[in-house]
Amino acid sequence: MIAEAGHAALWLAAVMALLQFTLGALGLSSRFKNFLPSTAPTAVVQSVLACISFICLIILFVRSDMSVLLVATNSHSDKPMMYKIAGTWGNHEGSMLLWVTILGIGGATVALFERALDIRTKVATLAAQGVIALGFYAFLLFSSNPFTRINPAPANGQGLNPLLQDPGLAFHPPTLYMGYVGMSVAFSFAIGALVTRDVGPAFARAMRPWILGAWIFLTIGITAGSYWAYYELGWGGWWFWDPVENASLMPWLAATALLHSVTVLATRDSLRAWTIMLSVVAFSMSMIGTFLVRSGILTSVHSFAVDPTRGGFILILLALYIGGAMALFALRIGTVREGNRFEAVSREGALVFNNLLLSTILVVVLVGTLYPLALEATTGTKLSVGAPYFNSVAGPMALILMVGMAVGPLLKWRYDKSKAVLERMAVPILLAALATLLIAIFVGPTAILPLVGLVVAAGVAAASIAPLWKRNLRRTPLFTWGMVIAHLGCAVSIAGMAADSAFTKEALVAMQIGQSQKVGPYTVTLKNISEIPGPNWSALDAEMVVQKGDSAPFIMHPQSRTFRDPPMETSESAIATAWNGQLYLVVGIPTDNSGYPIRMWWKPFVTLIWLGGILIALGGLLSLIGRIDRDLFRGFRSFGRKEKLA
Amino acid sequence: MKRVWLWAPFAIFITLIAVFAAGLINPSDRVVASGLVGRAVPQFALPGALDPAAGLSNQSFGDGKPKLLNVFASWCIPCVAEAPALMQLKNQGAEVVGIAVHDRPDALQKFLSENGNPYSAIGDDPQSRTQIAFGSAGVPETFVVDGSGIIRHQHVGIITPDDVPIIMAKLRAVE
Repeated sequence: MIAEAGHAALWLAAVMALLQFTLGALGLSSRFKNFLPSTAPTAVVQSVLACISFICLIILFVRSDMSVLLVATNSHSDKPMMYKIAGTWGNHEGSMLLWVTILGIGGATVALFERALDIRTKVATLAAQGVIALGFYAFLLFSSNPFTRINPAPANGQGLNPLLQDPGLAFHPPTLYMGYVGMSVAFSFAIGALVTRDVGPAFARAMRPWILGAWIFLTIGITAGSYWAYYELGWGGWWFWDPVENASLMPWLAATALLHSVTVLATRDSLRAWTIMLSVVAFSMSMIGTFLVRSGILTSVHSFAVDPTRGGFILILLALYIGGAMALFALRIGTVREGNRFEAVSREGALVFNNLLLSTILVVVLVGTLYPLALEATTGTKLSVGAPYFNSVAGPMALILMVGMAVGPLLKWRYDKSKAVLERMAVPILLAALATLLIAIFVGPTAILPLVGLVVAAGVAAASIAPLWKRNLRRTPLFTWGMVIAHLGCAVSIAGMAADSAFTKEALVAMQIGQSQKVGPYTVTLKNISEIPGPNWSALDAEMVVQKGDSAPFIMHPQSRTFRDPPMETSESAIATAWNGQLYLVVGIPTDNSGYPIRMWWKPFVTLIWLGGILIALGGLLSLIGRIDRDLFRGFRSFGRKEKLA
Repeated sequence: MKRVWLWAPFAIFITLIAVFAAGLINPSDRVVASGLVGRAVPQFALPGALDPAAGLSNQSFGDGKPKLLNVFASWCIPCVAEAPALMQLKNQGAEVVGIAVHDRPDALQKFLSENGNPYSAIGDDPQSRTQIAFGSAGVPETFVVDGSGIIRHQHVGIITPDDVPIIMAKLRAVE
């Protein structure tokens, strides 16, 4: 019954999405303008139905209803409850349902809370949301129905990929989806504004909280995904330039650029066409990300259930939405009035510099990710583009971007004097010079990129706090605090990355019980190996005694787990965090008698990478709260007047 | 700005779509050699794809008789092309067992009635986990397993009529 109810709710939600689009599109023409007010309630109903459908699927997973194909192939009655629930979106169908549900909630939120925007632009936005949702409903209903039954029902399910039985799974995909959906709302706003030619500060202010929200979620998603890969895969790295990682990085780069350009549009009414284009690009990157992940056209460490028809479906949606938006852009943008102009040395100039660099990095990542695909399509040659390309091309650009980020907030809007800027930059420059000196004295010769990274991080850290100097801190608006903290987070993150690549110590040894090995400041001794049974796995557990100098030793337990359902081996790394870095131990299953293969890393200050990510997201959150307070509630106050005008 | 330039993003996007479509229509044949050649069949137990009782597991191997393990799927077009060669192998005395990947009973039944059924048993591998355990990266792929359950040879891609005598010879060699 529940599966059928969920399926019915999904169909009804699809009908509502169609209605939402039709009412909106008709309402925009003068003949049917009395349809205008009905669009928003339809969006709300659509979102409620999508939620009901998703809740039905969760119930099916919680009850382990094996007569439902999706539950039988992805769950198991032995699984802990948390992973049963997380299993709902740990598969293709469920994750697509989660995506349309979040999309629906996004649309409903616009319908209920957006008051500042002209009603015609708002309705056009909701109509665009309706079309996007409709495509994904069709995708679910026709090629990925999560509610399909099987008869006869199997006695038990096939479990969930053990790598995914991790608390990270419970949050990682939903977080990224919130980000993607936020970009879809920004995209719909851009379409709405193009349709009504209403591109200006009001539109930018309406769109900004969505971009900020999406950007926060993408930042959290990427940070968490990076840490997950770091501790779960047991490879000791935090970023692998894997296509699926790139698929989440590209929307983030576009969203970061958009976040800055929309600020220019909201504050100075400049960069109109560029902001519209970026909103389209940011959403297209989200969709391309989904496509790359789901179609399996690129080889990746993330193995998802792959099906060419699904890939085809997403590709068609991608072509329709983004192609349509880009055509609309080409047709309409010429008729949108040009915004204000500005001087090169100005806050706007710095933000344009930021946008150009971010876009270039985006292109670098996109080209690197797709080059193997394009090459094979044209010449049949196979190759893979790896970290050396990305690091050597994107790395230096990211560092230049950091310099821009240091200077930008210290510039005045419209016009500034170069000499005055240099004076404001004096302290950060001195700090960077000091950092160079310290590294030269205490560390000695270092690879160039990590060295520059550390130096830039020192300068940026100082410069990012500079906007707070000589300010009354209690009267500084929240969004300025947000910017300061986010920029500081970038410096912290860069420092962590540079420290990790410059100072990491690594050892790979085959150890017998009783043997010791030195790595960094630690001496690691293999004390014992035992077999440990788990709920649905058994593990080879290594007891390692770790001692630093003369201080008290402590014990770490890396494991190599063998899962039963489905059969699979994973390594559970053991990580000890100190104030100045992490010790990372991995044990493998021995292949001969030479000993247990044990890999160890000492990674100084590696934690700063994710701490920086958290700071960036926190900065975004402060900014969001500040903006909602200022933009949205100001909209609320003028609510009555606006409705009468419409 | 010239109006033509406004179409540049659209043009770039269309190029991208073309690359994606090419990648979808003509998927890369990533020939990945299995590391299991020369080693025992990995542990697995699959329910039967058509009759849940008649499944396939590592116990099915090592009974003294060499077998051909064919990894296939009803949705796989090259598998249709491969079907006659498999029938030929069966008719020449080879025992063929199958692993159906990402498949459904109704689709599989239709596939077998249209293309013939050379399999003495078919295991159902809906998430291709057993396939991965064998080190197989795509469909169709065929493994020659000797009488003691050791994987002796991996054939990636379609078995063409020309391959039939070669594979028969490999089977005979490990008898």
